[in-house]
Amino acid sequence: MNKTGGTIVEPTIFELSSPGRLGVTMPASDVPETALPPKHLLRSELPLPELAEVDVVRHYMRLSKFNYSVDDGFYPLGSCTMKYNPKINEDTCRLPGFLYTHPLQPIETVQGNLVLMFELQEWLKEISGFAGITLQPAAGAHGEFTGVLMMHAYHKSRNDSKRTKILIPDAAHGTNPASAGMLGMSVLTIPSDARGNVDLKALTAACDDTVVGMMLTNPNTLGMFDENIEKVVKMVKDCGGIMYADGANLNALLGIVRPGDLGFDIMHFNLHKTFSVPHGGGGPGSGPVGVSQRLLDFLPSPLVGIVEEGDDDIEPLYGFITPKQSIGRMKAFHGHFGGGLVRAYTYISMHGPDGLKDISQYAVLNANYLQARLRGTYKIPYDRICMHEFVAEGSFEGSDIRALDIAKRLMDYNFHPPTNYFPLIVHEALMIEPTETENKDTLDRFAEALIKIAEEAKSQPELLHNAPHITPFGRMDEVKAARELVLCCWLPENYETMK
Amino acid sequence: MTYIPISPNERDAMLQTVGVKSLDDLFDAVPKKHRFPELDLPPALTEMEAASLLSEMANTNENVREHLISFLGAGAYNHYVPSVVDHMLRRGEFYTAYTPYQPEISQGTLQAIFEYQSLMTNLTGMEVSNASHYDGATATAEAVNLAFAQFRGKRKKIVMSPTVHPQYREVIRTYSQGMGLEEAGNDATADLEVGPEALTSLIDESTMLVVVQYPDFFGRIHDYTKLIEDAHAKGALVCMVANPTALLMLKTPAEMGADIVVGEAQPFGIPLWYGGPYLGFFTTKKSYVHKMAGRLIGETVDNRGQRAYVLTLTSREQHIKRERATSNICTNQGLLALASAVYMSVLGKTGLQQVANLCYQKAHYAAGELSKIDGFGLCFSEPFFHEFVLCCPKPASEVNEYLLEHGIFGGYALGNDYPSLENHILVAVTEMNSKREIDTLVEVLKEMSHE
Repeated sequence: MNKTGGTIVEPTIFELSSPGRLGVTMPASDVPETALPPKHLLRSELPLPELAEVDVVRHYMRLSKFNYSVDDGFYPLGSCTMKYNPKINEDTCRLPGFLYTHPLQPIETVQGNLVLMFELQEWLKEISGFAGITLQPAAGAHGEFTGVLMMHAYHKSRNDSKRTKILIPDAAHGTNPASAGMLGMSVLTIPSDARGNVDLKALTAACDDTVVGMMLTNPNTLGMFDENIEKVVKMVKDCGGIMYADGANLNALLGIVRPGDLGFDIMHFNLHKTFSVPHGGGGPGSGPVGVSQRLLDFLPSPLVGIVEEGDDDIEPLYGFITPKQSIGRMKAFHGHFGGGLVRAYTYISMHGPDGLKDISQYAVLNANYLQARLRGTYKIPYDRICMHEFVAEGSFEGSDIRALDIAKRLMDYNFHPPTNYFPLIVHEALMIEPTETENKDTLDRFAEALIKIAEEAKSQPELLHNAPHITPFGRMDEVKAARELVLCCWLPENYETMK
Repeated sequence: MTYIPISPNERDAMLQTVGVKSLDDLFDAVPKKHRFPELDLPPALTEMEAASLLSEMANTNENVREHLISFLGAGAYNHYVPSVVDHMLRRGEFYTAYTPYQPEISQGTLQAIFEYQSLMTNLTGMEVSNASHYDGATATAEAVNLAFAQFRGKRKKIVMSPTVHPQYREVIRTYSQGMGLEEAGNDATADLEVGPEALTSLIDESTMLVVVQYPDFFGRIHDYTKLIEDAHAKGALVCMVANPTALLMLKTPAEMGADIVVGEAQPFGIPLWYGGPYLGFFTTKKSYVHKMAGRLIGETVDNRGQRAYVLTLTSREQHIKRERATSNICTNQGLLALASAVYMSVLGKTGLQQVANLCYQKAHYAAGELSKIDGFGLCFSEPFFHEFVLCCPKPASEVNEYLLEHGIFGGYALGNDYPSLENHILVAVTEMNSKREIDTLVEVLKEMSHE
């Protein structure tokens, strides 16, 4: 059964199966019986597990305990904004009126959903300074792809076919070049200068009439707000390019500055970062996109709009509208309504303008406080007031300890490690984003743990090399996983024939 | 309401450590004229007020459990979700974790997704499954990306059945704008009566991918074995968009020879939720695994000799390969993959077979009764699973309006997507529809036909 040969800590759901066991069963049929389709259209066997409900519950409960989560403790993953996810969101998104509405219902029967979507569009416009919003994209990377498609469509509509080059700073998220690659654009990497800003000399040299646009994360992945941002935007737009903002780091900017006011044309939001939609162990996310006036007509279809104006007595009728030169549909139906939009709506409604500004101010305070506490122990290569995150070097002179070792050792202190080895421009990067939902005690404990680990790196380096020690699992043999490629399992009785 | 756990005294101490006087001083790098905009948003609500506001909004909707009888399907299905599923999803350990980049403290998510992959491969009969996509439509678009990569852009034609979900075809068109693809078969005016063999003549040496749906958008069950043989003879790949509930009963796509099997796994434990988030599944043959997008979990051992799971083959992904990556995808639908795994586990082989059988039986009872009404009939004669096309004596939109006045969603009116099917409704029946509901639908339509 056990192909890779390890000791089994928790059997798989297939290994737990026992033929004849019943879980949840269905009522008997209440209609006269119809013959099944001819045999050649039927499957011969259904090799799926058979378990009782209690078996299933205990299995998943045991698995859940192998996870570290925001509900367990501090999770300072840089650029991921692992803030606390308010519990009320879990209740509002499960209201029966939201749970049990079908995406193809007539609009007259789902005005509650449509009002929510319309108002969320309006709120996101107000927060970001953009002229239009699509709620359709399913995740940040999906929003980026939407943005790149709109850039492509915009230039195409002007018969401006020379533009094939997209400018991406070296500090950018990996999804930026990958999104551009999906449309066959060539990527020109723009270096950062010594203060962590876009290198203006390199940008000047790159700006010409072949530029599609620039994809810029601001604050960038070093946590630095670009001090020349207005110049950068102007240079790209002066050569005919479109300014794209990666909104992954929007948690630093709520009520602080609106990307639209800075001259950006497009930005994707990550509702699962900034607006407290939980990350779900890797999704679902939600990645609405905002655009400036000149890109309104290219938004994906459909958008939510008012299809019949109201008056004093009658509410307006909300429905769907298709932009004139729409890039088309990004996914089936209307976006991540239940899991994403309802939670984000709940969260924004509970914050208001001042509450949103508090979020960013305290996110930035927490990051600067941690940076100040670690300065002197860890090298901070771009050392100025940071925004919501900062990057430290996870290595020490004369020591073979690496960022990875520090990350793994942090687990022994009951913390989730920061993002490591990103951004690529920092040697042995540890990218730390505390978010606004951590108190001073937690930040102090985390700083003290990192300071202690720096001492251990000198006195007992093997403690770090072999870390983690107190977690249920140790370091993984990733090479074995890639070489043997065991990607699924089967019922015990099928094991020999299938493997 | 605030979720910031810092007191004014603590704030002041922290500001002092940072070396600034006020919170506002942290933002000197932001251009002054745009700094601190006044946002025109409604004032903050307390939790109690927000709960009541959202409740009110939700209650404005008419839903398919409390208010209306529904026969709407067309890619989103009203199924029963066992209680256990949501209890497991509500574990903070699952839903407040990130993508499992640190496997030592993420084995819960990793093993659950590995099991999800295993359940999907056993269901489809395919060799590998990834950790999921945004939905069925985007999973189908990723199949086009795989085929494009497989032929290194040298083959540029896709042959797509007109009976693939119309929105999926739209998404493929959106996604492939940069590829310069040639499309064939995807024609709303095509003869919808003919079976899959009509596509064979369109497949040639430049065809990279054939896309068909199973059961097709109209609910019909085709055996695609011959079509797939013909496509393979020309060197093309075949992608089947499959309904997972139907796969519980029907011959597997793997038995027919499909290269890629994708689909929407919403029917497996995910609420209708007004269209999302749902769960795109993606399964294929092992030989295409390096071209496949999305996250992939593999089995290994840790340094204590324990069996464990990790994200594997990450070199395909965006954070390593950047613009040469297979796709820009980084999240999957992790929590919903967990939902479908719990759904499949807790119903188990027997419960799942019961679901499929109830869908089939009730749909056939409904089809039989509806086709007895004067002026109504079934549009197609092929075997179907839980969805069928009802031909009506007047435009489908009028029929649906009449039904809605009687508290019924009759089904999806096909005229917008298929001009020749102006009078046709796509009716879906699941285990949630009682005989009484079906009889009500029949009665109301009888009344209408007599008016």
